[in-house]
Amino acid sequence: MAQAAIELIGINKSFGAVRANRDINLEIGRGTIHGIVGENGAGKSTLMSILYGFYQADSGEIRVGGQPASIKTPNDAIALGIGMVHQHFMLVDNFTVLENVILGAESDALLKKSIAKARSELERLEREYGLEVDPDAVIEELPVGLQQRVEILKALYRGAEILILDEPTGVLTPAEADHLFRILGQLKDQGKTVVLITHKLREIMAITDTVSVMRQGTMVATRETRKTTVEELAELMVGRRVLLRVEKGEAEAGAVKLAVKNLTVRDTRGVTMVDDISFDIRAGEIVGIAGVAGNGQSELLEAISGIRRAVSGSVMLDGKPIDLTGAADPGELRDRGLAHVPEDRHHVGLVLAFEENENSILGYHDDPRYLKGPFLNIDAIRNDARDKIAKYDIRPADCRLKTANFSGGNQQKIVLAREMEQDPGVLIVGQPTRGVDVGAIEFIHKRLIAMRDQGKAVLVVSVELDEIRSLSDRILVMFAGRIVGERGPEATEGELGLLMAGIEHQEAAE
Amino acid sequence: MSAPYAKLPAWADYGLIPLINLFVAFVVAGFVVLLVGENPLRAAVILVEGAFGKGTGIAFTLFYATTFIFTGLSVAVAAHCGLFNIGTEGQAYIAGLGIAIVCLSFDSTLPWWLTFPLAIIAAAAVGALWALIPAYLQAKRGSHIVITTIMFNFIAASIMVYLLVGPLKPAASQAPQTRNFLAGAELPKLNWIIELFGAKIRSAPLNVTFLLALVMAFLVWLLIWRTKLGYEMRTYGHSPKAARYAGISETRIIITAMMISGGLAGMMALNPVMGDQHNVAIDFVSGAGFVGIAVALMGRLHPVGIVLAAILFGMLYQGGAELAFEMPAISRDMIVIIQGLVILFAGALEHMFRPYIQALFASFSPRSVGMEAVKGKGA
Repeated sequence: MAQAAIELIGINKSFGAVRANRDINLEIGRGTIHGIVGENGAGKSTLMSILYGFYQADSGEIRVGGQPASIKTPNDAIALGIGMVHQHFMLVDNFTVLENVILGAESDALLKKSIAKARSELERLEREYGLEVDPDAVIEELPVGLQQRVEILKALYRGAEILILDEPTGVLTPAEADHLFRILGQLKDQGKTVVLITHKLREIMAITDTVSVMRQGTMVATRETRKTTVEELAELMVGRRVLLRVEKGEAEAGAVKLAVKNLTVRDTRGVTMVDDISFDIRAGEIVGIAGVAGNGQSELLEAISGIRRAVSGSVMLDGKPIDLTGAADPGELRDRGLAHVPEDRHHVGLVLAFEENENSILGYHDDPRYLKGPFLNIDAIRNDARDKIAKYDIRPADCRLKTANFSGGNQQKIVLAREMEQDPGVLIVGQPTRGVDVGAIEFIHKRLIAMRDQGKAVLVVSVELDEIRSLSDRILVMFAGRIVGERGPEATEGELGLLMAGIEHQEAAE
Repeated sequence: MSAPYAKLPAWADYGLIPLINLFVAFVVAGFVVLLVGENPLRAAVILVEGAFGKGTGIAFTLFYATTFIFTGLSVAVAAHCGLFNIGTEGQAYIAGLGIAIVCLSFDSTLPWWLTFPLAIIAAAAVGALWALIPAYLQAKRGSHIVITTIMFNFIAASIMVYLLVGPLKPAASQAPQTRNFLAGAELPKLNWIIELFGAKIRSAPLNVTFLLALVMAFLVWLLIWRTKLGYEMRTYGHSPKAARYAGISETRIIITAMMISGGLAGMMALNPVMGDQHNVAIDFVSGAGFVGIAVALMGRLHPVGIVLAAILFGMLYQGGAELAFEMPAISRDMIVIIQGLVILFAGALEHMFRPYIQALFASFSPRSVGMEAVKGKGA
């Protein structure tokens, strides 16, 4: 291996009683692309935050370029040539690219000189690494892929030799992700070191040289990428063998359960997010909606579930209309057999401060089973919650535990158990496995397919293309608020990727 | 990086941490006493003895506590629904009007045990209606409840001043207050309960409203944790989005919660008006509504905590009065400083010592802080 750019020796970090990192040793070779994988909560982000100076390690040593380094603030990290591209961009939306790049690195009291200097420097960087962005474009007008490039440019402008990227492809189309990987390749060729944090094993296999796996705060293995396999990495992450693709039989689609017609939805600013969409879902099939985040999928789900008013259009549930533009509310839809697993379980699907059993009746708290007059029937609620915990293998099996203390996967199981056990005719699910560990993904996918096989109509919205392809019987692709194509499950990733980017819009319509 | 803190055992969460906060508040207050040249230890002794030393002191402490239980519960009910009701002061004040109407109408004809229930209903109804307007404006127009309830405090004060120097004042009187109530609107004292324990009481205003306050504390507990309505309020309070998802009407829940809160605030007026002064006078609430905010925060929004916190503040009021009497260098303003420090440490800086205590617990017994339960946090 080349000389180490970064060495972490015996890093420990606890938050209160939780040990987020224990005794981490890691060596990252100069001029390599090093991947770090692990489930949510495995401690990846904590480790990188320590490296970037957001947190201090409780114990352990960091060496940069062989020299012991003391990194107390992000400024220390920048001075040592470490740059970070965050999962959520740290850009000022109404500033130009150039203004964002010099933000915090202005050299004079007056901006004019800094800007002139930055412009020539930026042009050099753009040429060198193929990072074309118009320096005078305003950030909010740029697509996310380009915003991310600005983040990378910001780091390079500050002289970063080591670049950390945290889940960089979460918001990108497959094509944008490919472009990003080419850029990372160029950075590597120029001698820069790249650390890539992700939970997508495919990306790891595609571009990294070495990969380290974290599990429950410890570093469990480091491998040379070409000597390992996706299966081995998944097993290391979870600690047991994992089925990466769900097995399922043919769908036996029956009658139309949910018919959406000419649905149009605007967001709070009045921008049309769902534009005249029509589709059907039949009993016994899973319809998947693919698309890059922010193309109207969230608004579509919210409208169908009664959370957000639609502007126009009609929806028929079991052949009877629901008034989504007016009176319908989520409670009424639930009564009519439409269950909804929302995208945002932390703020919508669950109340994190509640005990588990309190969450297992959320939305069904009007059900006489859970009530005694105006009072809650505490015994019935807790027994019901215990049944669901057993059936869905929710851990820890404690219905009195605060929901915030469950892991992401178990929280999602709480929501799924609640919605599925009501025996709904139609189940709509947003991001079924976002922030969910690999082990639980397998379980959730199996459950969704079991629902389908029981003759339920299932609508799945996900930004994970793999998930859509492995679950769906039919795939609808959304772009800019419209459905730009329908494909079968055999559609290739490239084909769907083009649709998601809106490139084949015309051809697809024909 | 969600929830960087592990959980503590309940006794530490609800007992140890508030006690430490309280202790620190008193230590800092001790320095202030030192600064004005008095002996802080002696001051502390006078304070505590003044509040609990003699039967009269205890009765006064509990009388003040009664007032604070109502206002504390009022703030807590709204807070469970995510609403900051700063209008407790005005809701209690205006409820005096309802009580005045009932008492002035019936005190010559009905016995106290018939006037009292009517006055409870009148006080709660007027308080609730006074909270209804800000609640409606918040639910329908999005006007912020903090702003509107503050403004309604001023409106309530102005209306009461107008009524008490005008229509409600007896023609011959110079004082801005109603005529004194007759026996039919005077509540029986509870001093005999304390005397049962052998303490002597000269005269103290502790009255049956104290029992009403304890009943309301129990009913609030029942409401918040055992009814469907309370469940809906808590859901909305923690996450309006989750409430929307669960099909809970925002308008209905905001208005209901605020009216319950206003009703509890209104009942506070019963204690000084019918139990002590036997008339409605200008400014009879005198800040108890605002103290209710501190009581609710310190009591962690739980009725048991609120009752305890109310007794603590009752002690500060009663013991503080004794202290101002015994130590000339310490004026009533000094008591306000001590109260302020208690609010600062118990309310605003509630979590200041928490991480240290958690670390301490974790190092002694990891199991007690639920190490297994919180696996997978912090990244």
